[in-house]
Amino acid sequence: MAQSAPFPQDRTCPYHPPTGYRPLNARAPLNRVTLYDDSQAWLVTGHAEAQALLTDPRLSADRQNPAFPLTAPRFELSRHVQTALLGVDDPLHNKQRRMLIPTFGVKRVAAMRPRIQRVVDELLDAVVAQGPPVELISAFALPVPSIVISELLGVPYADHDFFEGASRRLLRSDTPEEAEAGRRELMDYLGQLVDRKRKTADAGAAPSANPLASEGLREAREPRHGSPQVLREARDVQRDAPEGHRGTDEAPLDTPEGLLDELIRDRLADGSLDRDELVRVALILLVAGHETTANMISLGMFTLLEHPDQLAALRAEPELTRDAVEELLRFLSIADGLLRVATEDIEVAGQTIRADEGVVLAASTINRDTAVYADADDLDVRRSARHHLAFGFGIHQCLGQNLARLELDIAFRTLLARIPDLRLAVPADAIRMKPGDTIQGLMELPVTWGPR
Amino acid sequence: MRVTIDTDVCIGAGQCVLTAPKVFTQDDDGFSELLAGCADGVDDPMLREAARACPVRAITLHEEG
Repeated sequence: MAQSAPFPQDRTCPYHPPTGYRPLNARAPLNRVTLYDDSQAWLVTGHAEAQALLTDPRLSADRQNPAFPLTAPRFELSRHVQTALLGVDDPLHNKQRRMLIPTFGVKRVAAMRPRIQRVVDELLDAVVAQGPPVELISAFALPVPSIVISELLGVPYADHDFFEGASRRLLRSDTPEEAEAGRRELMDYLGQLVDRKRKTADAGAAPSANPLASEGLREAREPRHGSPQVLREARDVQRDAPEGHRGTDEAPLDTPEGLLDELIRDRLADGSLDRDELVRVALILLVAGHETTANMISLGMFTLLEHPDQLAALRAEPELTRDAVEELLRFLSIADGLLRVATEDIEVAGQTIRADEGVVLAASTINRDTAVYADADDLDVRRSARHHLAFGFGIHQCLGQNLARLELDIAFRTLLARIPDLRLAVPADAIRMKPGDTIQGLMELPVTWGPR
Repeated sequence: MRVTIDTDVCIGAGQCVLTAPKVFTQDDDGFSELLAGCADGVDDPMLREAARACPVRAITLHEEG
């Protein structure tokens, strides 16, 4: 019997779906594909079918289900541990999500605009001061979301080299052992951070300049780039404590307060959340909060530079940025492969997905469905790109989507205003891309400006 | 058209606010709610789009009559 097409496949162009998915979609909205371990799964490429399936409670996100589809060896060990939020079903998912919704709501996120603008401005001050050429991911695309999520959570940004590196191992390692080591390092780090914050909260001590007492992590603590002063502006709150709680010999934290402190105060205290679950939630928020947005800023800018007419339209009318962000989310679909497993038989598009069969939803191809988007393969910043599945759909739709939209809006708008003649410093085809089995994006983005 | 929101189902994605900002807002906890004056029925061209954009189908449109 003929082998079905492999999933995932590498992109050949950084902003187009892998060429191998397209013939599948032309044939049917659901096709069988072969995963790296020779197991079979359904690949969904139709928009209507994807929306129907992602709102169907018979599809599970439980990564501990032995039938859950794996798309790379690195996930083999992680199936033995519970992944918060995106790896659990309701009612546990609902409990975890609902305690986070207020922080990521439209109003709370909108209130972050001045601070994010300041982060972006200061990073671009440094880029301009350094002068061309600049590697835009390390100088801008990564530090923007990394500073923002650190500050939001109350994680010291000074540790960013460590947590960015561990996140990379978790998301991009070739072997299960390396990925698991990255996950463990993040869990240990966040566990220690949570313990320190608890002690500080119990003691009523004010944050101070003492670093987190962990020898293994100490070397990673020096800021490499970014805006440390932005962190010092963070909302550290000095609280009074009962007399009896003073005099602890624990070193206080050099970290701003954030969502983790709120969860410790409100959820750990009343027992509605335990330490391990809090640490698992913190890990997902930290990793998802910086890696995805960094890829969108860098690949988004690259894509605009490769579409000069669209870039010119955006420069002429910066108020198009909001629509451009939505269109870039649709067009790039960097989280290309949402994973589920069926818990019962499901009839869809004339096919039957059997219980315990894996389902993979290819966002890149779903978001090019011509039944929803005319000229779907064209980047059009004036398009109203509603209903794309770049953030997923259903109960797991991205918790941080409003924050991501805001960061992208400010990043693109400000970058184009500050360096209007930005261009690639190397030929486009010399820029390395990430492989198909992880978040899609570029490995580096060398840019230049000024006289040629 | 009368609009109801199932706030037990709402996940605070904000798609309704993004799509039909003259009808929907979020409360201080990030859950969707109707703007003042929309409770008795609204006529907004983006209403159907907003209901369709809701990732958890928490918005129901009730035809008059």
